[in-house]
Amino acid sequence: MKKFIAMLLTMALVLSCFAMALADDELIKVGIINLDPAESGYRTANVKNLQETFTVENGYDATFATATTGKDQLDAFQGFVTAGMKYILVSAADTTGWDEVLENAKEVGVKVFLFDRMIDCDPELYTAAVVSDMRLEGEKAVAWLESLGLEEYKILHIQGQLGSAAQIGRSDPLVEKCEAEANWTIVREGTGGDSWDPNEARKIAEAAIDAGEDFNIVYAENDGMADGVVAALDAKGISHGVNGKVIIMGFDCNAWALEKVLAGEWNYDGQCSPFQANKIDELIKILEAGGEIEGLNELNQIINDETYFAADTITAEDVERYGLK
Amino acid sequence: MKNTLKKIASSLNSLMIPLVALFLLLLFNLFRDVSFFRITLDDKGVLSGNLVSIINSASELAIIGMGMTLVTASCGGQDISVGTVSAIAGAVFAKMLLKAFTVITIPTILLSVLVAILVTILFKLFNGVLVAVFRIQPMIATLILYSSGRSIASWIIVDATTKIEDPLVRYIGMTIPGSPIPTPIFITAIMGLVLVLIFKLTNLSLYTQTVGINQGAARLNGINPIVVKLLCFGVLGVCVTLASVIQIGRIGSLTQNTMLADIEMDAILAVAIGGNSLGGGKFRISGTVLGAYVIETLMTTLRSMNVDTSSIKAYKALAIIAVVVAGSPVIKALASNLWKKIREQVFVGTSKEAIR
Repeated sequence: MKKFIAMLLTMALVLSCFAMALADDELIKVGIINLDPAESGYRTANVKNLQETFTVENGYDATFATATTGKDQLDAFQGFVTAGMKYILVSAADTTGWDEVLENAKEVGVKVFLFDRMIDCDPELYTAAVVSDMRLEGEKAVAWLESLGLEEYKILHIQGQLGSAAQIGRSDPLVEKCEAEANWTIVREGTGGDSWDPNEARKIAEAAIDAGEDFNIVYAENDGMADGVVAALDAKGISHGVNGKVIIMGFDCNAWALEKVLAGEWNYDGQCSPFQANKIDELIKILEAGGEIEGLNELNQIINDETYFAADTITAEDVERYGLK
Repeated sequence: MKNTLKKIASSLNSLMIPLVALFLLLLFNLFRDVSFFRITLDDKGVLSGNLVSIINSASELAIIGMGMTLVTASCGGQDISVGTVSAIAGAVFAKMLLKAFTVITIPTILLSVLVAILVTILFKLFNGVLVAVFRIQPMIATLILYSSGRSIASWIIVDATTKIEDPLVRYIGMTIPGSPIPTPIFITAIMGLVLVLIFKLTNLSLYTQTVGINQGAARLNGINPIVVKLLCFGVLGVCVTLASVIQIGRIGSLTQNTMLADIEMDAILAVAIGGNSLGGGKFRISGTVLGAYVIETLMTTLRSMNVDTSSIKAYKALAIIAVVVAGSPVIKALASNLWKKIREQVFVGTSKEAIR
């Protein structure tokens, strides 16, 4: 009896697989692994953009997995390989630990696209990476700071989630600059640890102020954390922004943050474009048509075109056009 | 007279661990850097300095700790969903204020807080029913909202960051103009006072202890354990909402994904440092509040020592281990033995002197 039921179940499973294969014949099976949409304004816009692009009308059978830790992401990835996805899109929480699953995917012919975040591995293991050059974002910010020509750069450096590509890319140029130049110093360095918590940023700033540290620049690695620091400054009655004592810098270009730049409460916001879905859609369509992806660099990357906004040049149209809502 | 002295002595005795920990931390700072204790009036006429920051920053933890103490005392277990449910409370508050009322005035803020409190109490009662009625272990019962709370908050309010930059809301997390003391300190004091009044003036304190120590005995004496436990969860709901609203006021935005992350662990820790048994029964809310200040003093000390922030949690763990071990029954027994011996020696010594 048991054997019979087992056989019946197996049959049902096999048949349903066939049925699924028949039904989804024309749709392209895509598995998308992303971080939590509630993480930040950037992520919300990113997830929304993906959901609007990879639709049935657009020819896709897309499955979304929200996984916030490296391990959960690896599990989700393995699950997608087993489920027979043709393409897998990943925004990686960790930059390491991916080699094995990527090799596995390559063996069974699954094509992998990285978006938003890079992975430390052989570039041959993925088809293409559509990413922002976080380091370039950091370099632009540092170059802008330098262009101010201040006598003394005393910086409160608020790092993002440690180990993430955004944190490393935005930190390194600043740290290098401070090592190279005598009048650039990092007065305090702090981080949300494993998150981008604005409140953690507020506490770091508060401790720095209470300790009597003197700083004239806040270099926060995303808008939320910059906002946290500003809250601490406001609470202590320290002026900031244009004509203020402290220069405020953030990243990501949330609409509310750009409004602050426009109002002169902040001085700088670096863009980080979350709209990679259209590019990936384009690339998949090329591959499906039998074509080859062109224009990749040595890391198999396609870099987002990004800019920055400073208080003296930003316009209301910029806020409308580039602000993430 | 002798009785009151005894009472004070016994309460000091039960608050020994947090007081000693706090004393040692402050002593450490005294030797490290006297300027740690500097308090100034800043440009806005607000008291500013490490000590003010500690009491101010510990507000959320202290408030949630109060509720956690009650739940711990009556249920003999902890609610680990306080941080995630605070995200729900914040989401309800923000939604009411921005979507339902759209105008921000003092009455609409108060009404929004009220609605948030009611909704949060409902969520906490869900935990409470699982614990009190279905007798599920508190950690398992509250694990459900621990893992789903932030998602629920995201359903209520979709955006990752919701800005509420109205000055009135900011006053809750910062300072009301003219007041030299940050508002969260007032809220903590009022909440503490209200709880003390409710629990000391009525028999609730006794009921809660009784339920925590022996449910059967409590029932035989006409106390309904279910009602007492649900009440404790309800109070926790109020605490969580207040903490959440303070958080929103502090930075003028709701970030439900990170709001009060990991506060459940700190709250449980505060309860433990405060000398309360995590197995329920006797409790002392003042101990928990002191525990919260111990934790915040520790964190502020580490931050002002400019400890590398990626390793700050490891240092925190080290200090916590020291506190908890110092407060353990074995060390306590050793200490009291030692004390007895010293006293005997001194006493015997002096009596011998007297004989001579």
